[in-house]
Order: sequence, then structure tokens, then C-alpha cells
Amino acid sequence: MSTITIRNVWKEYDERVVLERINLDIESRAFVALVGPSGCGKTTFLRMLLSEEAPSKGEILIDGKPLAGEPTAERGVVFQRYSVFPHLTVLGNVLLSLEFERGGFFARLFGGARRKAMEEARAMLDCVGLAEHEKKYPAQLSGGMQQRLALAQTLIRKPKVLLLDEPFGALDPGIRGDIHALMRRLWNEESLTVVMVTHDLSEAFGLATRVIAFERPRLDPVDGDRYGAVIKEDIEVWPRRIAGADSPHRTPVLVSNSPAPGLDDPAASKGLGQDDLALQA
Amino acid sequence: MRAINRQIKPGPRLLLGALPFLLVIIAYLAGSAIRLADNPSDKLLPALTTMADAIDRMAFTPDKRTGEILWWVDTVSSLARIGVALAFATVISLVVGIAVGLLPIMRALMSSFIAVISMVPPLAILPILFIMLGLGETSKVTLIVIGIAPVMIRDLALRTEEMPTQQLIKAQTLGASTFGIVQRVVLPQLLPRLIDSIRLNMGPAWLFLIAAEAIASESGLGYRIFLVRRYLAMDVILPYVAWITLLAFLMDYSLRALQDRMFPWFAGARAS
Ligand SMILES: Nc1ncnc2c1ncn2[C@@H]1O[C@H](COP(=O)(O)OP(=O)(O)OP(=O)(O)O)[C@@H](O)[C@H]1O
Ligand SMILES: [Mg+2]
Repeated sequence: MSTITIRNVWKEYDERVVLERINLDIESRAFVALVGPSGCGKTTFLRMLLSEEAPSKGEILIDGKPLAGEPTAERGVVFQRYSVFPHLTVLGNVLLSLEFERGGFFARLFGGARRKAMEEARAMLDCVGLAEHEKKYPAQLSGGMQQRLALAQTLIRKPKVLLLDEPFGALDPGIRGDIHALMRRLWNEESLTVVMVTHDLSEAFGLATRVIAFERPRLDPVDGDRYGAVIKEDIEVWPRRIAGADSPHRTPVLVSNSPAPGLDDPAASKGLGQDDLALQA
Repeated sequence: MRAINRQIKPGPRLLLGALPFLLVIIAYLAGSAIRLADNPSDKLLPALTTMADAIDRMAFTPDKRTGEILWWVDTVSSLARIGVALAFATVISLVVGIAVGLLPIMRALMSSFIAVISMVPPLAILPILFIMLGLGETSKVTLIVIGIAPVMIRDLALRTEEMPTQQLIKAQTLGASTFGIVQRVVLPQLLPRLIDSIRLNMGPAWLFLIAAEAIASESGLGYRIFLVRRYLAMDVILPYVAWITLLAFLMDYSLRALQDRMFPWFAGARAS
């Protein structure tokens, strides 16, 4: 349940400008898909949302407050790879989230507290369809199952914001359908604002409420590095998806181009009703 | 069919594995027989029976002077030294390796220092150790620790740095503290790699042990070998060398078994 505000963010590495003039208002419970050509700075943008990197200029606010200087539990993440801990079983991976939350200095739970946490972890595994695999290690799981596990492990901490960097990019199409359904359900059920990087446009339009495209305008052929990528398109998916409400997308997805993308993002004002509906659900 | 595709069946594989051992034994027996035929009192390549006598004398008969069975006394004192040294090296390299690999401040403080220290030839400072720590057990154990710990520290620091950053970020987004990450994410994944590191450093550990024992000691496998060298007692030296090799091999083997037993996830994680 959180708004994300990005104000005039630039990111430069040495002489190289990766992103420039990024302005975005992401409303609470939005599902933003981030697309763009390879190397345009999508991962860099996500890393700034995670506080893994700091913007060179500008600021990022969550619920109006500046981001903490390091990753925190309010922002969960699933990467394309290495998102789960290989030395723990499926159950152990999910349990670890709760042990970090409640286990104190040693990050371990004992007795009743542990039993209760195991119950919660099992319920979460059930929710992502991994209940019967709890004793396996990640290396024994398929790619799709590993990503389900990564989602379970992150979501059990109830983050306000979920960041996804091509989470389903390595999965084959059949499995992707299942995990998309899961993703839709989780977004509807948990109170989450989602930002997902993807290369797959149909995935972007199939899941998101809003699709944002980054692109590096090739203005200067001699010294292209002086210009970073900017927001090229900001598209609201139509008919509008609303978290917690029935999906309007029984029919094929239609797309409406939002008229004035950029600083004064109209999606923020248009989406006034969303929170209320989400609350009703 | 290409040589790289030609698989060997289990039976022939066992035979092929045994072949080099057999060849060495045959070569030894032949050489020994030829030399002994030439000169029955030759000491260089003693016959198996002579070695059996020596083993009987060393390993199963109490020494006339001390009443102790030398073979076991030597074995126990050598194993104690190497065991204590490995324990120290393990603890030091785990603590320092994780700290240097994980904490920027420790990396800034220690990494050049360790890089230089690990270049100091340990045997060159053995005299210093003897002068400062005396000829007792401390200096021998210290030599082994100094010999292997810097390499193990660098190895474990590299293994720590090698861990995907995604895992560290992920742990932080789950609310982990630095100590929580060390304890629940880094250390458990480093332990099987620590076993690899110990296995690789077992050779140098034995080298430093035997060097220290050769120079100043009253017991130990290395001490005995260098003592009987004066009498060209190959009938004692060869069984001792074989015994040391067997001990080292068994240690290596049990470490590997321990790794498989204790870290069932490791083989899969290493493969991916
Ligand atoms: N730590 C860094 N130092 C210097 N340059 C970097 C660094 N990280 C990223 N870059 C550069 O920033 C640009 C954007 O990288 P980024 O990984 O964000 O792209 P991306 O949009 O995620 O690409 P892909 O779709 O291939 O994942 C790249 O040109 C990359 O070389
Ligand atoms: Mg990327």
C-alpha cells in the first residue's frame, strides 16, 4: 500500500549517463511494467528503487518519505536468478524470512514461535503451490518453482513494494502462464505496489496496470553517452485493472496511449478511484 | 569413436585404476631383487621382508630404552600437531576471510596486508619462530598455521566475494542484519567451501609439519624419518612415508565424505 514518487532522477556512471530526467508518480497498488531495449537502464532503475544504488541527482520517495540508504524489508525483490538460498530447503527458505523478522540477534526461532512460523511458512508455500516440495533444495526445483519460492519468501515479509527484475524471463512459455496467474492473484490479494522489469511485451500488458518504456534517444552520434535513457512511453492498460477487483480482461487486452506522459503523469490523477476499490475488495 | 566418448566399464575402470600402483610395486620389487642379488647388504631398496621386520620393530615392539611403541608415539604427536594447527587455521581463516570478503572496512584494512603476508616464505621464518617461541610444540604449530592460514584466508575471502550480490540484497530485503547475514547466509554456504580449502591445504600442512619436526623435535613422523636417515634405514623410512601418505589420504577422504554428508545441497548448488 504505497505510492512511489520519482523526482527528476539521473543516474551516471563516471562519464556515462544511463538515465536522465526520470519523473514518475506510481500510485498505491499499481502494477508497473518497465520495458525497453537491453542496456537502457531498467535494472539500474530498479536498483535505485532498492537502494542498492543511489541516484546521481533527484530523489525517490515512498509514501512521501525519502528512501532509506540501504535495502529494507518494506521493499521486497525477486531477481531473475539467485533469488533463493541454495543451502536451505524450500521450507527453510520461507522460514528464514520470518527468522530474520522475529528471531532477534541470532535470527533463529525456537519452540512455539518456531512452530507458529512453520505454520505460516507452510500456508505461504501452499499459496504458491509448493506445499509438497517443502523438503527439497532449490537445486532440485525447476526454474518456475524456484521463482515461486522466491515470491513466497519475499511476500511472507509483507513488503509494501515488490520489485521484480525479469523474474520470469528464463522460464519457458508453458510455465510462464501458470506463474502469471499466480502473480495476478498475489497482486490482487496482498496489498502491494509492483514494479516489474520485463522484456516480454505481452507479459507487460497481460499483468500490469501501466506500462512504461525507457529509451535512449540517439541524439548525438558522436558522443551518445552524454544522453541517458528517458521515459519514452507511459501507457495505461485499458480497460483498467484494479487490484482486488474482478479483472476486466476476459477479452483480449486493449491498450490506450496516455496523452501526456512525463512529469505531470496523468495516471496518478486518473487513478483516484483505485484505492477505494482496493479497500472494498 | 572419439577418445572423449569412449566410456570405460566399471570392471576395467577398477583394473586401470590399480594399474599404476601395481607397476610401481613391481618396479620396486624388481629393482630391489636385482640390487640385493648384487649385494645382499644393500640398504637402498630393502626387501619386503626387511621392511616387515622394521615395521614389526617400530609398530609392535616396545622400544628398549623408553618402553614406548615408537610408531604410535610418532603418529600421535604428529597428528596432534597437525590437528591443532588445522583447527587454528580454520577458525582464523573463517573469521578473517568472511570479514574481509563481506565488510568494506575490513577489506580496506586487511587485504593488502594479507596479500603481502601470504608471500612470506614460511620456512624462512622458522628460525625466528624457534628463537622467539622456543623449540617446543608452539613453534611447530605456529609454523603450520602461518604456512596455510594466509592462503586459506584469501581463498575464503574470495569465496565470500563470489557469492551472488543478489543473495545479499535479498537477505537485506528480508530484514537481515549484518550478523544475521553472516550467520544464516554466508557462513553456512562457506562451510563446504572451507572443507575444499582444508583439503587443498593438507599437502602444505604436512610439508610444514615434517620440516619443523625434522629440525627440532623429540617425536613425530618427520622426526623419525630424519633421525634414521643417518643410518640409511630405508626399511624404516619407506614404511613411514607410506604411512604418512595413508594418513593424509584418509584425512582427505573423510573430509570429502563429511562434505557430502553434511552439505547435501552443495553438489547441486555448485553445478548450477
Ligand atoms: N556499476 C556500473 N558501472 C558502470 N556502468 C554500469 C553499471 N551498471 C550498469 N551500467 C551501465 O548502465 C547501462 C544500463 O544497464 P542496465 O543493467 O540497467 O540495463 P538493462 O536495461 O537492465 O538491460 P537488460 O535488459 O539487458 O537487463 C548499461 O549500459 C551498463 O553498461
Ligand atoms: Mg537488466
